[in-house]
Amino acid sequence: MHPVVKLVTQRLALGLLLMLAVSALIFFGVEALPGDTAQAMLGQSATPEALANLREKMGLNEPVLWRYGHWLYGFLTGDMGVALTNGEDIAKSVGARLGNTLFLAFWAALISVPLAILLGLLAARYNGRWPDRLISGVTLATISLPEFVAGYLVLYFLAVKLQLLPAMSMVFPGMGVFERLQAIMLPVIVLVMVVLAHMMRMTRAAILNVMQSDYIETAKLKGLSPLTVIWRHAFPNAIAPVVNVVMLNLAYLVVGVVVVEVVFVYPGMGQYLVDHVTKRDLPVVQACGMIFAAVYIGLNILADVVSILANPRLRHPK
Amino acid sequence: MRRIPLSALLGLILTGGFFFVAIFAQLIAPYKMDELVGGVWDPISTTHWLGTDSIGRDLLTRMIYGAQVTIFVATCSTILSFVTGSVLGFLAATAGGWVDQALSRFIDLIMAIPTLIFSLVILTAVDVTTLNLILVMGFLDSTRVFRLSRAVAVDITVMDYVEAARLRGEKQGWIIFSEILPNALSPLVAELGLRFIFAVLFISTLSFLGLGVQPPLADWGGLVKENSAGLVYGIPAALAPAIAIAALAISVNLVADWVLSRTTSLKGGRGA
Repeated sequence: MHPVVKLVTQRLALGLLLMLAVSALIFFGVEALPGDTAQAMLGQSATPEALANLREKMGLNEPVLWRYGHWLYGFLTGDMGVALTNGEDIAKSVGARLGNTLFLAFWAALISVPLAILLGLLAARYNGRWPDRLISGVTLATISLPEFVAGYLVLYFLAVKLQLLPAMSMVFPGMGVFERLQAIMLPVIVLVMVVLAHMMRMTRAAILNVMQSDYIETAKLKGLSPLTVIWRHAFPNAIAPVVNVVMLNLAYLVVGVVVVEVVFVYPGMGQYLVDHVTKRDLPVVQACGMIFAAVYIGLNILADVVSILANPRLRHPK
Repeated sequence: MRRIPLSALLGLILTGGFFFVAIFAQLIAPYKMDELVGGVWDPISTTHWLGTDSIGRDLLTRMIYGAQVTIFVATCSTILSFVTGSVLGFLAATAGGWVDQALSRFIDLIMAIPTLIFSLVILTAVDVTTLNLILVMGFLDSTRVFRLSRAVAVDITVMDYVEAARLRGEKQGWIIFSEILPNALSPLVAELGLRFIFAVLFISTLSFLGLGVQPPLADWGGLVKENSAGLVYGIPAALAPAIAIAALAISVNLVADWVLSRTTSLKGGRGA
């Protein structure tokens, strides 16, 4: 078998195994915690009858392994059970919201990735001089901002003081694409701010690392202009680490989305998850947690696969 | 003693200031924590330097007590994370074999789930108390410390002096605390600042989501949440605690950067 195919298959198999283990951790981890889930949901003042009822409803009296199998099978076949608080079908609620969240994350990624690579290239080109210092200083500041702080700063200045954009990101079915885009503008700006800094710093570091190689020295001595050296010689060799960083940050975006959605009251997965943590609705939280973890792991696997494919040493077997 | 760079000095002074305020909050605060002293969201005045909050409490007082809660929770969870993470990391590195494999793979598994998501799942099942928050944050964060301390210790365990200690029959615990710990200290200290920042941001985020420190106590994240409704009407009260979080994170970052560059130059390796 071609070594690349073998490596990629191995990585995919490992990823599937990891997801299985994660599902077990999310299921049994809650199980192993001290205290009774039903008790925690109802509070200390619950009557024994109410407790027994809830335990019956949640199926807590069944053996734990059977429940895990049932849960996992349901999850894979698209049946995530019903929410404890309102009896709604979880898969249905998730389906509607997942689209909204992906729409938000997609636009944030579309803007932040090219911008981060461009800024990283610029900072590497002017390494140590003022454009580099300026870019690095600003990104250091944005790294120290938690998502919700960035969110409120943007909201206060852009939406309230300057009245440029709507403060709430209401979207509903049947909305036009353009209106939808205008509604998500603020959360997208915040998400871009949050991931841009990290992505740009790593791009800069990856390129500076390559810039120390001998072939860069040669290219410089040939008399090529600095930007041509970076674009033609340094960047192609920095692609693997850069792609890796981009993927890791997209995975991070998935988590950042949770907080940003709450700030802007955006009807996505993050808001749904946080609402149901507050209501202690365990089935919903486990389902959402599993979906977030699966996306996160999926992007990490993708990052590995892309860096395997981008490595020319593996493409031509000896 | 070399000169301290300006940025690090600034960071040190600010960080020291925040800790001072946190420790002596009860003495500094001009009012009581839950005392109603004015109207809803009064503007900045000489009696209320930052105005009042969503139900008429002095915002500066709330911020000072908030500093105490935020820094207390973050410090406790950082200590917990360091003790657990480094002990397990050193153990994995010195014991090797299946102990190392089992611990490392288990940590990999936990790190495969985003920290915020995992903590939300746990906080659904347990009561949200300050103690539980510290435990959840500390244990989840210890995975990062484990990775670092194991990596550092693996390099040290192959040194001759560790071999010598083993041959003269020292016990595992002695090797960890007397041979490995002193030599692994400097990278761990540099990491300490970063873990502390992470803990501050994490507890603030949880409180902001309403799943962190519970009323009547409030940390900075909780204060942002309490006052966020006013933002839409142009009342900036929520921005004060938000800026405080960022200021604390940036000042600790400046100190951590300086410690990191000092320790790496001490070891003569890595460089910039």
